[in-house]
Amino acid sequence: MTSMTTILSTVTASFLGSFVEVVEAFTIILAVGLSRSWRPAFIGTGLALLLLAALVLIFGPLLGLIPIQVLQYTVGVLLILFGIRWLRKAILRSSGYIALHDEEKAFAAETNSLKQQAADKRADFLAGLAAFKAVLLEGVEVVFIVIAVGAGPGMLGYASLGAAAACLVVIVLGLAIHKPLSHVPENTLKFVVGLLLTSFGIFWTGEGLGANWPGADLVILAILALLAVVAFIAIRVLRGSNAALSKANQP
Amino acid sequence: MNFIRTAVSEFLGLFIDDGSLALFVIILVAVITGAIKLLSLPPLAGGIALVLGCVLLLLESLVRAVRKKS
Repeated sequence: MTSMTTILSTVTASFLGSFVEVVEAFTIILAVGLSRSWRPAFIGTGLALLLLAALVLIFGPLLGLIPIQVLQYTVGVLLILFGIRWLRKAILRSSGYIALHDEEKAFAAETNSLKQQAADKRADFLAGLAAFKAVLLEGVEVVFIVIAVGAGPGMLGYASLGAAAACLVVIVLGLAIHKPLSHVPENTLKFVVGLLLTSFGIFWTGEGLGANWPGADLVILAILALLAVVAFIAIRVLRGSNAALSKANQP
Repeated sequence: MNFIRTAVSEFLGLFIDDGSLALFVIILVAVITGAIKLLSLPPLAGGIALVLGCVLLLLESLVRAVRKKS
């Protein structure tokens, strides 16, 4: 059954997951473009996108050969691992146990490393390689998110639409502000995406095992709500214990 | 070669951050799959066990991370 809820949750999960990854790739491309020049930034980005497209064209059709239940089971388990990892990190970040990811810092670190290589004869090549690596690695994550959340019948197109919209929004924002997108609430996004991907993962794994979920696809929302309640309680409890710990450590 | 190694470790890093959490999730899925296929556990019961198991494993991983920090 393809309900509006399924389509919306697929597009949302794909959009938000891809958005976080594209912002990270954009930070590196911007660092290369501004600290070195735009030529290696664009060449590195273009080559990575070509390689990604080739990988999708080669391996994409193979997915169609895998029986749907096996595909849902495998993708489901991978989605649980992927989503729960993001969720755990986002909870620990929200409660102050680990530092928040900072795009300004990532931009400064990349710019610094490119400046150190400026005297190198291969400086342009190294700058292009940095952009290539960033786009390829983040791109692989985007491809995985699209394939994973689009594992339901007829959902791949909607998942691709979400990812394409995320790329478009980051490019438009990036061209407009010409700075790292540091105001994007990355941890909140990762928290929401972690919840969504874990819920999708549990749903697909269950489907792969032959479970007839009550309410069919709508059960994703119930799983999401349960995980969200647990996560919010965890953040509240951990914030309290972190505050108590900081107080106890004060001289 | 170095790039391929980085790419592989980055790809594995997509799924594994806390190694024990990843391992426990895989064990949970394997146990539920085994119970459904070999012990005739109803698949829906397996699905519910998966939901609850994931919640418990997430909480266990958080407690472990906090203990390590304190």
